[in-house]
Amino acid sequence: MFWLFAALAIGGALMCITRRSPVASALWLVQTLFSLAAIFVLLDAQFIAALQVMVYAGAIMVLFLFVIMLLNLGRGSATDMRGWTGRLVALALGLLLVTELWVLVRSPLAGPLQLPAGTLSRVTQEQGVVAVISDSLFRTYLVPFEVTSVLLLAAIVGAVVLAKRRL
Amino acid sequence: MLLGPALAVSAILFSLGVAGVLLRRNAIIIFMCVELMLNAANLAFVALAQQLGPDGQVIVFFVMAVAAAEAAVGLAIVLAIYRHKQTLDIQNINLLRG
Repeated sequence: MFWLFAALAIGGALMCITRRSPVASALWLVQTLFSLAAIFVLLDAQFIAALQVMVYAGAIMVLFLFVIMLLNLGRGSATDMRGWTGRLVALALGLLLVTELWVLVRSPLAGPLQLPAGTLSRVTQEQGVVAVISDSLFRTYLVPFEVTSVLLLAAIVGAVVLAKRRL
Repeated sequence: MLLGPALAVSAILFSLGVAGVLLRRNAIIIFMCVELMLNAANLAFVALAQQLGPDGQVIVFFVMAVAAAEAAVGLAIVLAIYRHKQTLDIQNINLLRG
């Protein structure tokens, strides 16, 4: 089950970075985001999965498609890939990054940090999916949560100012 | 336990996002690849949260808020640049080169 969605996510990402038309790219990215939501459910993060579908696949991708269609880029002009030197550099850097991340993934977790296996799923069953997150969100992380609202306000004002016709 | 496989998928997705940013010249597609990288980071957070406690999921919540803000401001900048230059090819966008 996990590997099916992992393959869907990676395939969607591959298609996303190789399709010529921005609309096709965006739709393949939506497939990746939905597969990631399914993987989140498998990892005991049901609330995050719902957020992923609503915020990413719903709001952010609609914003992207809206801008693509507003600018009338649907047809996709001549290829916008870089030339062969650029592709080789991208391939080399990508492979380097994969190996680095692979080494990090293989290194063991710090032992004292680790909860006993299955703790999160047990706590989730006891308290409910949302309560587990909201408990630490509104206690430990209350100040960052409030700062997030200021960030979103700044983003709204900035977006309106930047997209105004007379800059 | 899916920790190892999930982190591996996260690493692959992040590298694909980096490759996309380096490979494409369309500003909107570069933005989408940045979103892909943010999602790969989210996947790592969620996978580690299963092991280390639910705080990782709270961080994912914040990452999503930041990603939404970034998408709104970034797409507004893309709109402004397109009005100014009539193109989204980043090779033709050199306003800051001086």
